[in-house]
Amino acid sequence: MMEKKKKTFRCVIRSEECKGCERCVEACPRGVLKMGTKLNLMSFPAVEYAGSGCIGCGGCFYSCPEPGAITIVEEVEE
Amino acid sequence: MKEVVKFGRPSGFFEKFERRPGPIKTNMHYCPGCGHGVLHKLIAEAIGDMGLKDKAVLVCPVGCSVFAYYYFDCHSIECAHGRAPAVATAISRTDPENVVIGYQGDGDLASIGFNQILQAANRGENMCVFFVNNAIYGMTGGQMAPTSLPGQKTQTSPCGRDVAETGYPIKVAEMIAQFEAPVYVERCALSRVPNIMAARRAVRKAIQNTVDKKGFSFVELLSGCPVNLKMKAHEMNEFLNEKMTKFFPLGVYKDVSAEREAIVRHTPIFEPDQVRELLFPEETKRAVDDNFRYTAKVFDEERRVKISGFGGQGVLSLGYLLATMGKLRNFNVSWLPSYGPEMRGGTANCSIVFSHTHVGSPQADHNCSMLICMNQPSVDKFLGQLGENGVLLYDASTIRQPEVSPDKTVYGLAASDLANTLGDQRVANSVMLGGIARLMQDCFLEGKESEDFDLAVEEAMNEHFAGKPQKVIDLNMKAYRLGKESVSIRFGARVK
Ligand SMILES: Cc1ncc(C[n+]2csc(CCOP(=O)(O)OP(=O)(O)O)c2C)c(N)n1
Ligand code: SF4
Ligand code: SF4
Ligand code: SF4
Ligand SMILES: [Mg+2]
Repeated sequence: MMEKKKKTFRCVIRSEECKGCERCVEACPRGVLKMGTKLNLMSFPAVEYAGSGCIGCGGCFYSCPEPGAITIVEEVEE
Repeated sequence: MKEVVKFGRPSGFFEKFERRPGPIKTNMHYCPGCGHGVLHKLIAEAIGDMGLKDKAVLVCPVGCSVFAYYYFDCHSIECAHGRAPAVATAISRTDPENVVIGYQGDGDLASIGFNQILQAANRGENMCVFFVNNAIYGMTGGQMAPTSLPGQKTQTSPCGRDVAETGYPIKVAEMIAQFEAPVYVERCALSRVPNIMAARRAVRKAIQNTVDKKGFSFVELLSGCPVNLKMKAHEMNEFLNEKMTKFFPLGVYKDVSAEREAIVRHTPIFEPDQVRELLFPEETKRAVDDNFRYTAKVFDEERRVKISGFGGQGVLSLGYLLATMGKLRNFNVSWLPSYGPEMRGGTANCSIVFSHTHVGSPQADHNCSMLICMNQPSVDKFLGQLGENGVLLYDASTIRQPEVSPDKTVYGLAASDLANTLGDQRVANSVMLGGIARLMQDCFLEGKESEDFDLAVEEAMNEHFAGKPQKVIDLNMKAYRLGKESVSIRFGARVK
């Protein structure tokens, strides 16, 4: 097998800023976002990341109406 | 393992939204799923990436985005409903280096302020405007907007928009694109990811055009208001993509950004002395300095003067001359001409108000101190507006001697006949000015001030006729002196 440096991405949700609108869930091509059941400080149900499977496409980030509810982080091997 | 942020909070936002009420200072006030938030991110990202925090001026509307200025780390200003394009025009014109970004909703832009945006577009103002078309009045609770779709149920169209009653959705992008001046017009949709990415490119292009001073760029964004339309995220996207685009097709409606040169406009002048010089060129040497004041007590309150005649007799310029004299002698003074169909043959009139204190209304329509009439209809119309102890001067060539109450003083002067003897009917108004001098000296002025009147007339004539041949001024001065000598009828309370 060829040695391929695999990029990995992570979707970080700041639950307090999320309003549970589900736009990101709609946008994700990998289906790795889903609505949680826990309510945040403002009583919105916050979205949750499955923990793996994000391809870093940024679709959820641009679909989300909140400035910083979603951050897509790239994990780079050193 | 190292972590880098690939997509994160745009740097064009404040880190913390201090103005936002409530415990959460990092998200915005919009409802869940609101398109305004999606667009805010695209704009904030562009402002940050393009290094425009110090140059961008966000011009905010009335509507749900009324608090947009809470969020953007750049200049911003909030405008009256629909008036953002006018305010934006001023900001762009006063400092062409400002990168003016207009932001408006469909009620704001396409209803109450529609003419504003069309005029700004047609003038090719250097700005970009982002038009949030959510087919609804969001802020006020979901009333029908000019862009609501046929059949769309809203608070004010509960049975669905009936095009027979309220017409069709207004296609703003198409309209703007018809104008010659705008450089770039596109319609995008803040729906699914590919559309949002197209909107992102449009936002950046429009802002770049403004940076490059290309003129007017316009991006219409079909946008979700899931709360008022009572839709879930996927329904909202579907509505935007399937329903709205039927009426509002996406795409570039005009793009001449590449071929247009940067706009060059007059450099604005702010230096107060320079502005004053331009507005009021000091062509007349005044006999008095800036502290000069007539001491006559009569001018401690407003004195209203009405001058009336038929169009062509020069009543407006007579009034202007009188106002100029007031200006030259440091009165607070106003001159208000009545323009209208009268100007072509009926009665024309103007109001002059003098005071050493304040001038309230510039209209002399009651309690006048002086009434100057140059034809009979003027006497008939305005005599009733002459106040107690008022003074009337009329052209005795054509007007019957009027009957007045005993407190009034009346001067008659055959101005038109006298002007004829001077060979020029047009100087009848200067003859009347001679009459005014006489009545002022009789009734209002004393001593030094009385003597100064002739000088003030001469100065005002020089200013008024500046650029005209000296013989025009001479003729008018001659008419003035003739009028002053010739006042023929004088009677009433004040005649000594
Ligand atoms: C002069 C004036 N008239 C009416 C209103 C009430 N008003 C506030 S927002 C609004 C309409 C907003 O709709 P839109 O521009 O579409 O903005 P949206 O909230 O949908 O983003 C109206 C009519 C007002 N604030 N001022
Ligand atoms: S970045 Fe793309 S793949 Fe990752 S969570 Fe967001 S939408 Fe899904
Ligand atoms: S789009 Fe943003 S606000 Fe909406 S559910 Fe996802 S993270 Fe929350
Ligand atoms: S009412 Fe509509 S436009 Fe206004 S904030 Fe809510 S979702 Fe957005
Ligand atoms: Mg609206």
